[in-house]
Amino acid sequence: MTIPPGEYFVQGNDACVEGALASGVKFFAGYPITPSTEIAEGLAQRLKGQNGVFLQMEDEIACISAVIGASWGGAKAMTATSGPGFSLMQEAIGYAAMSETPVVLVNVMRGGPSTGQPTKASQGDVMQTKWGSHGDYQVIAFAPATVQEMFDLTVECFNYSEKYRVPAFLLSDAEVGHMRGLLRVPEKLNVIDRKEMGIRRTDEAYDVPDDLVKPFPVFGKGHKAIITGMTHTETGRIEPEDSKVHSDLVRRLNEKVLRNRKDINKWEMIGEGSKTMIISYGSSALGAKEVATKDPNVGLLRLKSIWPLPEEPIAQAARGAQRILVCEMNLGQLFFSIKRVAQDAGCKQVELLSKLGGEPPTPSEVRHKLRSMGAV
Amino acid sequence: MDIFEFYRKDRWPHVFCPGCGNGTVMNCFFRAFNEAGLSLDNTVFVGGIGCSSRVPLYINSDALHTTHGRAIAFATGLKLAKPGLKVVVFTGDGDLGAIGGNHFINGCRRNVDMTVICINNNIYGMTGGQASITTPHDFQSTTTPYGNKEYPFDLAEIAVAAGANYVARWTTRQVHELTKSMKSALQKRGFALVEVVSQCPTNFGRRNKMADPSQMLEWFKSNTVRRDKAKSAELDHVDLNLAGQITVGEFVDRNRECYEELIGVEKHG
Repeated sequence: MTIPPGEYFVQGNDACVEGALASGVKFFAGYPITPSTEIAEGLAQRLKGQNGVFLQMEDEIACISAVIGASWGGAKAMTATSGPGFSLMQEAIGYAAMSETPVVLVNVMRGGPSTGQPTKASQGDVMQTKWGSHGDYQVIAFAPATVQEMFDLTVECFNYSEKYRVPAFLLSDAEVGHMRGLLRVPEKLNVIDRKEMGIRRTDEAYDVPDDLVKPFPVFGKGHKAIITGMTHTETGRIEPEDSKVHSDLVRRLNEKVLRNRKDINKWEMIGEGSKTMIISYGSSALGAKEVATKDPNVGLLRLKSIWPLPEEPIAQAARGAQRILVCEMNLGQLFFSIKRVAQDAGCKQVELLSKLGGEPPTPSEVRHKLRSMGAV
Repeated sequence: MDIFEFYRKDRWPHVFCPGCGNGTVMNCFFRAFNEAGLSLDNTVFVGGIGCSSRVPLYINSDALHTTHGRAIAFATGLKLAKPGLKVVVFTGDGDLGAIGGNHFINGCRRNVDMTVICINNNIYGMTGGQASITTPHDFQSTTTPYGNKEYPFDLAEIAVAAGANYVARWTTRQVHELTKSMKSALQKRGFALVEVVSQCPTNFGRRNKMADPSQMLEWFKSNTVRRDKAKSAELDHVDLNLAGQITVGEFVDRNRECYEELIGVEKHG
């Protein structure tokens, strides 16, 4: 049974479990890793009652591979991991992008590189999420900052991965994953399912425009589908030597996400038009939010989705601003992309507050940095 | 079913070299599949990467052509999400035993219902003839120009030890026995492996004084020993050396409960 509507006091990782179940997840494959293990444990407990399957695989490569296989069986499928496991999954993430498989990956980020800080938070996997597998591809990634968003954005991950047939990521971190807080489960949820091949629907008019997302041929229904990670035509014919087939395919895979930024991007803006704007996401936005809500001269753009890059709200925040501060728990990953967009929009001063070590920047650290920038 | 209904004729010509053993394996498989009375519409063929893993793309059914070594992991997810499907994996020695070794042994252990056909040609054929984990000791390949100093894996014995429900090994020379074992594997509930020692005259034979496919089949004929006829424990061992032998036969046939039954997923429908 999915969780009844109401208010709950739960951990972030548990909220993610409830969000997944509410979205209709039917398959989870996982491998124990701190700080994401509670998601696997929660689904091991809960999936059975939902006619779903929980599987503990031999490694993270097997997890993501099994999840992709389950998706082709028609199930909404997900896995959850952290840095080291995420690195192992990169190969199959590229496969999911190339074969247009809807899958959801939760990455509860911890400090890297390598084994790093298993119990501490970081935002070190932001660029890996976008560029981790080889070749040109696009993904959709959300960054929750609260327990509530661990639920809400898990639902969005499923919805957008189904809608665009892409791997979707919940880029959480140890701070949000282990945070306890209020979860409000709404009466009604907007749940999107993939468009199946061969089924005529009444809502076809709402499909992604320009025919960029093809209907999904579920296995075992006589479609004789060929699914491959090699360069292929629309009918699945392998054409690795045909430059036009390759170019058309890779461009379409990228375009279907990039042309729909408006539909995908989610953000929160506080104090729009302020001369000083902070741009942040995930748990590193929490300290910044406290500063922005208390100081009328400081505004905040908190990105809830980070890939594809929300260029429009960043440019909007930058247009009226004299200075922008980017807060991240890494040495500057989204910073350089934000800086490019902000400077193109006319904001000259874009600086980074970078915090390493496992804890998000505190309000006083944010204020101190703003002071050094001449803002407060 | 007619053999031409089984193949995707529109995908011809295929990529396999003249003299390749894949055609023999596919023909034996078609016969076994047909005799077992299975339906193509309800079967998914999964492959990894390599010559053997291209086979699913030529069969007139749903095909999942995956990443290198991971076919069994993909197949596990697919089968558990849709237990009504018949899942058949085509894989090779490098795909199954080297890069996919961990998925292979854990697949046998987990015992999810699937049929795995491993075409073992003792070489990385598609990339031009590098040594694999089943290349015999002292044989030549492009990466063992002074002879292979490692000793080969015994895939069938690994599968038995890891817990597969059905394991058999034949060569492309024993087509009748191979077909019979493939049928048994398809009818078995649980993890079933048929290893086919197959010829790659282009990239294996050519460098090991067997450039003619018939020479390789002669090698298979004169060096195979049936498992039930092997007299001692010493003989009951394969190292695929010309001086040694290839043990063939059914290695195990048992009925451990398969994973779907154990977790009750079959009732979901």
